[in-house]
Amino acid sequence: MTDYYWASGLRRAHRLVLGALVALACSSAWADENPRDPYEGFNRSMFAVNEVIDKYAAKPVAQVYDNVAPLPVKASAGNFFGNVGDLWIGVNSALQGKFGDAGVDLGRLLINSTVGIFGLFDVASELGLERHDEDFGQTLAVWGVDGGGYLFWPVIGPRNVRDTVGFAVGTYADPVMYVRPVSVRNSMAALRFVDVRASLLPSDKVVEEAALDKYAYIRDAYLQRRRNQIFDGRPPRLDD
Amino acid sequence: MMKKLIALFFAGFVASAACAQESPDVLVQRVTDDVLEIIRKDRDIQNGDTHKVIDLVDKKVLPHFNFTHMTALALGKDWRKATPQQQQQLTGEFKTLLVRTYANALTGYKNQRVVYKPLKMASADTDVLVRTEVLQPGSKPVQLDYSLEKLESGWKVYDVVVAGISLVTNYRDQFAQEVRNGGVDGLIASVAAKNKSLEANSKK
Repeated sequence: MTDYYWASGLRRAHRLVLGALVALACSSAWADENPRDPYEGFNRSMFAVNEVIDKYAAKPVAQVYDNVAPLPVKASAGNFFGNVGDLWIGVNSALQGKFGDAGVDLGRLLINSTVGIFGLFDVASELGLERHDEDFGQTLAVWGVDGGGYLFWPVIGPRNVRDTVGFAVGTYADPVMYVRPVSVRNSMAALRFVDVRASLLPSDKVVEEAALDKYAYIRDAYLQRRRNQIFDGRPPRLDD
Repeated sequence: MMKKLIALFFAGFVASAACAQESPDVLVQRVTDDVLEIIRKDRDIQNGDTHKVIDLVDKKVLPHFNFTHMTALALGKDWRKATPQQQQQLTGEFKTLLVRTYANALTGYKNQRVVYKPLKMASADTDVLVRTEVLQPGSKPVQLDYSLEKLESGWKVYDVVVAGISLVTNYRDQFAQEVRNGGVDGLIASVAAKNKSLEANSKK
């Protein structure tokens, strides 16, 4: 579930996103009581838009894929895109000064691309080389860049200002975006998007049933999850 | 006769002492393995029989949870402002909601494998984090951690953390929002209403 997978990496989408960001920065902040969500009004309307897109487009397609594709096919698709993603994960490990991790990421890429037949099999994990969870948003956080306000985008979902920038940079570093011809690139990006959306299907019902307010539940889950990722699974305890 | 009774009594005593001394990681592993074994064999649960899985969670998992602590954590500083009766009501409703959520996550269980991480703990510790990982083919492992505290009745779970997301503190803002709008009673009513609608849906 690497973060920028969410995207299906549509360049146009993030140009739009950046434009909206600038517009946001210029508009006066929402006078809301929650300091963790300064743009709540904007976010809630974007959330509503996304719910419609998801309900009528993304989710039905993901459900068909999930029902039709046999498990080995789904596993191979997940492995393949995971392997493509290991390159950027390795770069980010290195940018954060975790050179040992970066070596593992590179080793994974080499092993899975060869022995793992173009990444269709995750042989490296079997060998004990675990995939790391890194992206440019986390790198910025490690470098001390402030998160900025929380934002909810249609299609690409929840990300704060820092993660939105991280996502935009990540799409430029995404190997899939350089695949030619364009039709093949688009098919790959679409398949990846569907694969990721399908992997989130089991959590849909949980969120639907658990949340008193789905928007707030997703926001707070995102904030906790990102904090956990930035600290590589060992965040310092918050005082209760 | 007397000898037998004493032997029985003694056996019972030893057994309960052994239970009380069971370390938190062993407890988590035993309960998890138990529950997953049952789910693996139960077709009804795999097909999404919510009531059956809730029964299972009630019997096997709940005795090891401290819901009062969980509810206090979710409510944050408003907890102390609530009357004991409100605390009790809210705990009951929150428990129902959490059990359903947890139970539903379990019915989605297939092809996964749980790995237990070594526990870092001193013998005097009364509050520990037990780390596990759920592995599934084609996806990254998911971190699944349990916070446990030592009570007189043994180790009790007071938080479950999935991929860094605490199922308990994730409610904090939502609870605070409800309390701002309608006080603690308003919050209790909202959670109760949520539970009712879930119950009604599952009957359909």
